Amino acid sequence: MAGLKKKSHGGTWGVLAEFESPAAVYHAAEQVRDAGYSKWDVYAPIPIHGMDEAMGLKGSKMAWIVGTFAAMGASGGFLLQWWTSAVAYPIVVNDKPFGAWEQFTPVTFELGVLFAGISAVFGMLAINGLPRWNHPLFSSERFLSASDDGFFIGIESKDAKFNSDATSKLLEKAGGFNIEMVEDQ
Amino acid sequence: MSTVHPDELTSKRLAGQEPEPQLGAEMHGALGDGTLVVDPAVRPPLVLGNRDLHSVTETICGWAENKPGKWWTPAFLTANGLAAVGTLMILYLITTGVGVWGLNNPVGWGWAIVNFVWWVGIGHAGTLISAILCIFKQKWRTSINRFAEAMTIFAVICAGMFPGIHVGRVWFAWFMFPIPNSNAIWPNFRSPLLWDVFAVGTYFTVSLLFWYMGMIPDIATLRDRAFKRLHASSGMGKVQVAIGKVRAYAYGALAMGWRFNFRAWQNYEKSYILLAGIATPLVLSVHSVVSFDFAVSIIPGWHTTIFPPYFVAGAIFSGFAMVLTLLIPARELYPGMKDFVTQRTLENMCKIITVTGSMVGFAYGMEFFIAWYSASSYEQQAFIIRAMGPYWWAYFIMITCNVISPQVFWFKWARTTPWFIFIVSIVVNIGMWFERFVIVTTLSADFLPSSWGYYSPTYVDVLTFVGSLGVFMTFFLLFCRFLPMLAISEVKNVMPAADPHHPAGGAH
Repeated sequence: MAGLKKKSHGGTWGVLAEFESPAAVYHAAEQVRDAGYSKWDVYAPIPIHGMDEAMGLKGSKMAWIVGTFAAMGASGGFLLQWWTSAVAYPIVVNDKPFGAWEQFTPVTFELGVLFAGISAVFGMLAINGLPRWNHPLFSSERFLSASDDGFFIGIESKDAKFNSDATSKLLEKAGGFNIEMVEDQ
Repeated sequence: MSTVHPDELTSKRLAGQEPEPQLGAEMHGALGDGTLVVDPAVRPPLVLGNRDLHSVTETICGWAENKPGKWWTPAFLTANGLAAVGTLMILYLITTGVGVWGLNNPVGWGWAIVNFVWWVGIGHAGTLISAILCIFKQKWRTSINRFAEAMTIFAVICAGMFPGIHVGRVWFAWFMFPIPNSNAIWPNFRSPLLWDVFAVGTYFTVSLLFWYMGMIPDIATLRDRAFKRLHASSGMGKVQVAIGKVRAYAYGALAMGWRFNFRAWQNYEKSYILLAGIATPLVLSVHSVVSFDFAVSIIPGWHTTIFPPYFVAGAIFSGFAMVLTLLIPARELYPGMKDFVTQRTLENMCKIITVTGSMVGFAYGMEFFIAWYSASSYEQQAFIIRAMGPYWWAYFIMITCNVISPQVFWFKWARTTPWFIFIVSIVVNIGMWFERFVIVTTLSADFLPSSWGYYSPTYVDVLTFVGSLGVFMTFFLLFCRFLPMLAISEVKNVMPAADPHHPAGGAH
């Protein structure tokens, strides 16, 4: 699919519309959701409260990723300590049993946290498709205000329901202005 | 202040029987900047100056984009000079040996460990503000969390330096990590010193990631502005264009291509709260593990179960003091910062200092009680010598600075007057350094009087510590110069203009 998109839609990435306020983009998102689009997104300088519902998104998968890595870090950390202390290099310290688990607690905990923390940041970037060095949207001069005080909705031409006229009209009816076609690169 | 009970007043307001409070109007007009509201039913505004989203971007990005004030270059050169002196002292130490420090027998740990514990402790405030206050939904933290997190990272860098150079033969420092080697030797995982390597290492890594992740959207804002400027650069000289390009591409690389789409924001927010959730037990564990360095040994005065909570309370206490030490001058030096870091924020921080300072004071008292109650003559003697022995002066400074000085914040004037808070914050930092000093010099009088010995630092000890202050300030000034000092998107998010259900956010 990815290889086809360039030519099949005449080099259009999609349509971008600007909105006045968080409330305006919130209600417009509800309309785009109800119209049945799937490949679209809301662009805003802040994570607008309640937008996941307005867009009809499911919950984030982050907790599963972080939980899995935390378990891997903690169990791997425990195994590392047990293997080095009881198998590979047993040394007598205070006459304690070589494999006594109690003294492994701090490092087990720390490694669980370390893996969880690394996966939380890099996992977040990975499922968001980042890092990426450019994006068709950055060719729109108006779009740069999404990082300041602009609120946008962009609908991709890859969407099955995409039709440049009908989609633009929908966004205009929902209160969008400065509606523009964004070229694919 | 109204005489009605706040809950009653709030419910009446919600029912529409009472008018909504006018922000800032219910307080006595002359006091402060309008955020020191006396009525607990009134939520003071978090951002002042009638700002919209754009003016927040302009102000905060402006600090990183425009030339800093005339104070910046001299301050940076001074910090650099101090860091250079510290580096020379470390070079001298490495080429000569740890004998250049004042260490002796029985005091095998001196200023290096004092400095290590002090710096790690300072770092704790950043994580407390960014993680624990985030979980408790304390929205006033948004204006100071970036600042405090940066302080955490630089403080932990300074802390990590000391054990690294204390090992004597620094080229063997890699032995601290479980790296396979040809001798088939592994580190001793039953030692609290090794726990410390993992605790501080994890703490540094997770704090750095947390700080960086929080900054990605704000760096993306700086990136977009840098590119906009570059596009409009017709009147600029070649050098300016080159600098502009470097800025744009550096911010562009650091922003990772963030484009503010909500599907990404959703994962980002989830990730943020998960990081806050894991950083909360982490920050409590780090100073607990640091305290194990002492508490797991069997030295009288060290071998106590109160050490972990006592160290954590002291860490937060000193960390908040350091945040205030940096924040109060920054508030004066950067135009517009007072709209974000309000007097209310300072007041809240002072209250935390009083709470944690009182906890530390309680711990000092409890230590003495347990020493007496233990009926162990060694333990009792250790504490009597601590307070009345050759280091009585350090103990006296510690009690004055840590137990007595934070109690001034019971007075409203004291916790709402920035220059006074600044002075107290420095006093607290001094006090907390002496607390660590008092604990470490307990070594000077252990079991047998025949082995007792007095410890004094050499000039190398002193200048290495001063050098670490220089390293810290160098990093901090660079951060203020080039990175978003306040969390732009988080500050915007607590403003009414960002709320889709508030009239200011466009709701009808």
